[in-house]
Amino acid sequence: MARCIMSPLDITVEELESLMDTAMDIMGNPDKYAHACEGKILATLFYEPSTRTRLSFEAAMLKLGGKTLGFHSADSSSATKGETVADTIRVMSQFADICAMRHPKEGAALVAAEKSGIPVINAGDGGHQHPTQTLTDLMTIKALKGNFENLTVGMCGDLKFGRTVHSLIKALVRYANVKFIFISPKELMIPSYIRDDLLIQNNIAFREVTKLEDVLPSLDILYMTRVQRERFFNEEDYVRLKDFYILDKKKMDLASQHMLVLHPLPRVNEISSEIDGDPRAVYFEQVRYGMYIRMALILKLLNVNV
Amino acid sequence: MAEQERTQYKLHVGKIEEGFVIDHIQPGNGMKIYRDLGLDKLDCAVAIITNAISMKMGRKDMIKVETPLRKYDLDIIAFLDHSATVDIIQNGEIIERPRMELPKEIKNVISCKNPRCITSTERELDQIFVLTDPKSGTYRCRYCETKWSDN
Repeated sequence: MARCIMSPLDITVEELESLMDTAMDIMGNPDKYAHACEGKILATLFYEPSTRTRLSFEAAMLKLGGKTLGFHSADSSSATKGETVADTIRVMSQFADICAMRHPKEGAALVAAEKSGIPVINAGDGGHQHPTQTLTDLMTIKALKGNFENLTVGMCGDLKFGRTVHSLIKALVRYANVKFIFISPKELMIPSYIRDDLLIQNNIAFREVTKLEDVLPSLDILYMTRVQRERFFNEEDYVRLKDFYILDKKKMDLASQHMLVLHPLPRVNEISSEIDGDPRAVYFEQVRYGMYIRMALILKLLNVNV
Repeated sequence: MAEQERTQYKLHVGKIEEGFVIDHIQPGNGMKIYRDLGLDKLDCAVAIITNAISMKMGRKDMIKVETPLRKYDLDIIAFLDHSATVDIIQNGEIIERPRMELPKEIKNVISCKNPRCITSTERELDQIFVLTDPKSGTYRCRYCETKWSDN
């Protein structure tokens, strides 16, 4: 079986360091990598639309000199004819050298990985895993902060359903002395399997609060998340909670000059556009780091050494 | 009805010569284990005894099967009923009472209940659960990692 990436923890801390070093090198020397994947094809199998993730993968492959093919919704794939994920990947393995798969069902990428002859990168499987988003978040922190040790990381918004939050916590607890402050309404607090099984069991320092203003001065990183409508069964709850936190200029004045604001995007109301020009608001830069870390990951999985 | 005929209908499950006995099953759980183990597909004699009197448990279920025990059956019994024990019988005597351990993986015995799991739409996929915490006996779906719960 080809090496596949299903979850952020499939990548060891050492491998992550090496990936981030490669990504930094690509950023500094793009020409050196411009033909690294010439003759190679990335298949983007997107059973549900995700413009940013798909384009990030495609841009990554194109910048490496490779080509891309694929589909961007289930409607334009053989899934409408009833083809299984396993069969689709078997077919794609005949055309492409590597694949990024997005699917609304949890575990779909693993089904593909089990049958694939080429490396599969999980580009999001429902509310389950989205490893390259976590790599993007880590890469942004590493590039702008230098390291992960001793950081105080605030996570704000939907901490109950937000898979990016859960994955990032799991990845960050592998570093020394990272402290967490979870800022959420009571209804959207981190689930017990993160709080009890991961943080308490491993003696990781954390606090849970509801008011963002109180903790802003102590944060090195503020990871904002969107409250997602599709996670709620009750529209009334969604409406009540969606604008619980809005990060605006007034709140940013309370934060340290070195705090970074990250967001997996798309944002809705949780970050006011009035802070987009603030140098601490790095969520658009984060997208660029995402492309570079995906370039590094593609190189690694294709065993291309530059 | 003659006395002799009535005797024929008395509940009496005799000793087995070669096979296995699943004993100390939680009362009421016997039929479930019978089905989950696929014992209904065997063509040998199988006896299910429910609500038998037990010194240890008060009441218990038991299953007696007149066929050699297959190796893979053992671990799954530990998952299906934590109190169950297995006696292996040869020549009418207990020759072994193997230690029961939770299986590392369970295939096609239980199904994932997460409606967002890929196994909910792609029905030809095996239902695989992996033992993620032997201490608490936690199993998670191999695909979506949802924790198995009997409720």
